[in-house]
Amino acid sequence: MTAITRVIPQLKFDLLIFRRNPAASFFTVILPLIFLVLFTSIFGNNTLDNGARVATTYVPGILTLAIVSATTVNLAITMTTRRERGMLKRTRGTPIPPWVFILSQMLAGAAISALMTLVITVIGRLLYDVSLQFETLPSLIISLIVGAMSFAALGLAMTSIIPSEDAAPAVTNAVMLPLYFISGVFLPSEQVPAWVTQIGNLFPVSHLNLALQESYNPFADGAAWPWDHWLVVAGWGAFGAIVALKSFRWTPNR
Amino acid sequence: MTTAIGVRDLKMHYGDFAAVDGVDLEINTGEILAFLGSNGAGKTTTIEILEGFRKRTSGEVEVLGVDPEKAPLSWRERIGIVLQESEPVPELTAGEAVRMQASYYRNPRNPEETLELVGLTNSADHRTRKLSGGQKRRLDLALALVGDPDLVFLDEPTTGFDPTARRESWGMIEALRDIGKTVLLTTHYMDEAEHLSDRIVVIGAGKILARGTAEELAEQVDAQTRISWKPTPGDLHPPDGFRAQVDKTTGQVRIDTKDALVSLNELTNWATKMGVQLPELNVARPTLEDVYLQLTEGHQR
Repeated sequence: MTAITRVIPQLKFDLLIFRRNPAASFFTVILPLIFLVLFTSIFGNNTLDNGARVATTYVPGILTLAIVSATTVNLAITMTTRRERGMLKRTRGTPIPPWVFILSQMLAGAAISALMTLVITVIGRLLYDVSLQFETLPSLIISLIVGAMSFAALGLAMTSIIPSEDAAPAVTNAVMLPLYFISGVFLPSEQVPAWVTQIGNLFPVSHLNLALQESYNPFADGAAWPWDHWLVVAGWGAFGAIVALKSFRWTPNR
Repeated sequence: MTTAIGVRDLKMHYGDFAAVDGVDLEINTGEILAFLGSNGAGKTTTIEILEGFRKRTSGEVEVLGVDPEKAPLSWRERIGIVLQESEPVPELTAGEAVRMQASYYRNPRNPEETLELVGLTNSADHRTRKLSGGQKRRLDLALALVGDPDLVFLDEPTTGFDPTARRESWGMIEALRDIGKTVLLTTHYMDEAEHLSDRIVVIGAGKILARGTAEELAEQVDAQTRISWKPTPGDLHPPDGFRAQVDKTTGQVRIDTKDALVSLNELTNWATKMGVQLPELNVARPTLEDVYLQLTEGHQR
């Protein structure tokens, strides 16, 4: 059996589980769209001096939020829940290879991220006059894959520091919410002090955001290859993968 | 007869604490063995070592011919596990949960047949979170059986059940014997062990205290049969030779004896001769619960 044929049956179930989980669907699909509408309403969608629309920075920012929700936030919460309720232990008692099960979780996050890219791009185009720069499509796809897989690995790593099901949303939000604010996701970087942005730049959220910005920037040159941002995101992803490999647990904390 | 599980001198130490302290265990293929012990006796630790979830300090362990610590994933094709505390995925229906589990095995049982085996056909389209406690445990059993295992671990499968649900589960576990499965059952219900198992092993404070059929265990503790009746006020008390005792609260007279037939004969002879009625006369074999309590006495921790 090839790797892909082993993952696909599990992936179908994981996407079904996601679709039927109201909390996960709301925070990943609905909330980013609410934020997009809210921010453009509050801050307006004026045409800037350089000719671009303000929403040009919001669309990729909200896309960053959606990808991080679909991967890090979703996996940190659902995997902790499944661990503490004995579901992971049951799975570990079967012959499915652990890597097949884990890869399926990561790919589910990537698939949801891809769907959100499509939805947010269409809404940005229709409502806010923000166009995806089509020559940067390969760059967008790489940003999506690198971002989704890296942030999924970080979500799996986070489960090992979350002690209980109840603590999962609290810990995850305590880590991610401040990062959104200092990473240009909620507020454009021009509106926060430079030192805050510099701190934000130590972490991967900011770099995923910056990589995605390239694909919606009407003044980008050609295909846009934000290697530096991809490398930072992938580096954090590798760190997350190593932590997850060393400390991911399948049995409840009791 | 082949051996499904063989354990020699198994030890599991946590620092100075010996959770399992030199356990020997043998389970034959096709046998239902009940593993009895109170909380903290080392029951769950032993089971988790056999299931391959926990490493051991020392000792030899073979489950279906393989050391669980070094077992390849293919070993899990032949093992089914009902965990003590494991919920089904709440977003799936019972049928979907069984089909997902089936997808993990090379040669699974038919999921629909498996649901039928545990009596969940009518709930197959219900979300698992809507199932009752008893239905959830049946789903647990279906999930453990859908891989068509040779050996099934059942860790306290009826804890928290009402009597009807327990009887139903017993029926299902007996059905496992009929289809040739080997079953290792842990429980703290004595009647469950007596009803379901071919043999019983009692563990206490990390050591095996006794093993055998229910009758053999009763012999090991020299369990006595109790003859009792409730005398009317003024009745004669039997002579000292009977060693009869009066229970102050109930007013019952009791004779504990190893040889019930002889004692009963002597008692009725005496009663007929003296014209004493023996109202509510009762002869009670020692229950497995009495045997268990005697066996584990002094081995609690």
